[in-house]
Amino acid sequence: MALTLRGKRRARVWISVLFRDVGTKMGAGILVVVALAAVLAPWVASHDPTAQSILHSFRSPSAAHWFGTDEYGRDLFSRVVWGARPALTVGVLSVLVSMIVGMPLGMLAGLKGGRVDLAVSALVDVMMSFPSLLLALMIVTLVGSGLHILVLAIGIAHVPLFIRLARSSTMQLRELDYVAASRTFGGRDSWIIVQHILPNIIGPLIVMATLGIAGAIRDEAALSFLGLGIQPPQPSWGNIIRDGVSAIMAAPWMALISGFALALTVLAFNMIGDSVRDVLDPRDIAAASTEKDERR
Amino acid sequence: MLSYVIRRALAALLIVWAVVTIVFFSMRIIPADPAEVALGDHASAEALAAFRKQAGLDQPLLGQYLGLLASLARGDLGRSMITNQPIGEQIAAAFPHTLALALGVLLVGVVIGIPIGVATAVKRGTWLDFSGRLFSLLGLSFPPFYVGIVLLIVFSVWLGWFPVIHAPRTGTIGETLHKLVLPSLSLGFVQAAYIARLTRSTMLETLNQDYIRTAFAKGLRPSKVYFKHALRNVLIPVVTAIGMYTGAILGGAILTEVVFSRPGLGKLLIGAVAQRDYNLIQSGLIVFAGIVVLVNLLVDLSYGLLDPRVKHS
Repeated sequence: MALTLRGKRRARVWISVLFRDVGTKMGAGILVVVALAAVLAPWVASHDPTAQSILHSFRSPSAAHWFGTDEYGRDLFSRVVWGARPALTVGVLSVLVSMIVGMPLGMLAGLKGGRVDLAVSALVDVMMSFPSLLLALMIVTLVGSGLHILVLAIGIAHVPLFIRLARSSTMQLRELDYVAASRTFGGRDSWIIVQHILPNIIGPLIVMATLGIAGAIRDEAALSFLGLGIQPPQPSWGNIIRDGVSAIMAAPWMALISGFALALTVLAFNMIGDSVRDVLDPRDIAAASTEKDERR
Repeated sequence: MLSYVIRRALAALLIVWAVVTIVFFSMRIIPADPAEVALGDHASAEALAAFRKQAGLDQPLLGQYLGLLASLARGDLGRSMITNQPIGEQIAAAFPHTLALALGVLLVGVVIGIPIGVATAVKRGTWLDFSGRLFSLLGLSFPPFYVGIVLLIVFSVWLGWFPVIHAPRTGTIGETLHKLVLPSLSLGFVQAAYIARLTRSTMLETLNQDYIRTAFAKGLRPSKVYFKHALRNVLIPVVTAIGMYTGAILGGAILTEVVFSRPGLGKLLIGAVAQRDYNLIQSGLIVFAGIVVLVNLLVDLSYGLLDPRVKHS
């Protein structure tokens, strides 16, 4: 019980230190707007994002069409708002896939060492020899496109990062006295992982996950830009940019605006990831904790 | 040293073999029949059979696999399923363009990234530090293909300083370099951001070392301490990072080549994906992975040259 209370207090201190940072506030502010746009897209969007009106093609931004229209006269603002959905869905779910596959493998390799470690390290070496975008591209080429395929492809492409993080952290932790003591008292690997390893790598894991979401959103946009991700007429920031590049002379705002939405969202996740990394520095936590105690 | 080089080279060769194996068997799980894809839905059964025989697709899987390994060992990458041209020739024609882009990106990354990293570390806590860190954050967040599009719109569409399509026409050095500027800047921005961030953090660590304090205490000029004593030690992780980001540069090159309509390995691969040219996709993936493995090997071997403390034993 005491431990739980201490854990809760630590979490509260973390969050208060985190939100003292300007980067966190700005990043969180942007993400709230993007998330609300994604969730409330049917109400926020002014038009049907797939409704065509050839007579209104390539209209510049105006009161009727805030971000202008594309080649088929579709309202760009509505398409950008709806485009937030696949970006956030693929970003969050693919990182979950990477974590679910990568963390157990990395922790097992770090804890067991020997042949298990050798096999997992070889797997990481082979996967890392493909750029993540290329690995995702290969999977999508083989299996086909679609939201669930994108989640799996990008998730698998980012697995090596989580394996490496879990492996190196576990290798450091396994040498500590309390882990050795737990083993001496007959603690199983699964017990050691759940009770001792996982709680101690949760900090770096949050940082990696936040930065991983940013990378996954970028990869989704890149694959859609190449025509291998979300297929038109469904909007995604990547395929809107693709349309914008095709019409770069006639309607340069298309690629500029949709790309800016993408860049801003990635920037927000990176800002939060950076702030979390700074805050998880134990010196900051200790300092904040002391400061909070003094205020009481 | 020699035994270390041999061991590392053998390990790299094993990784390439694993890559070849994974790519080969992955390409065989495709539900589509490559012969039908190449010849179209209306091809006759005889034509399909002849195509399969010519491409070796009628052989057992193991035979095809061993055949691929033997071909690769001879340096033969096979033939395109669509154009029937030797893939080796196509890759050899595209490679110099991607290499030129990668070198341009590297140049931009090093020339911009290292000075920003050093300056932000030396002037920690000032507006210069804040600006440099903002540069890194933006560079790491803005997808290179979006940076490329912004540069294209500003400098090609609005100002007209550069062409919209960056495929070389005359092939002169002046034209090649002119058409290399925007693609290198767009991808180099990300590389510079990585290098600046890494240089800053390593420089900060190095500046806290005792030998730096001693150098200052001896009365050496700050510029001499920063550039002669500190920077040399900062270079090791930076070179490692450059090696590690080769994959990212190649991944980014695919998109950059598409945005700027530049020939290169990325454009070749995307063209192969669009045409479902499975032989070209297979060889393209192997070549991409092979380059990453080779660069990582070279980076690994260069440690000893950069840092005399590192002994390859």
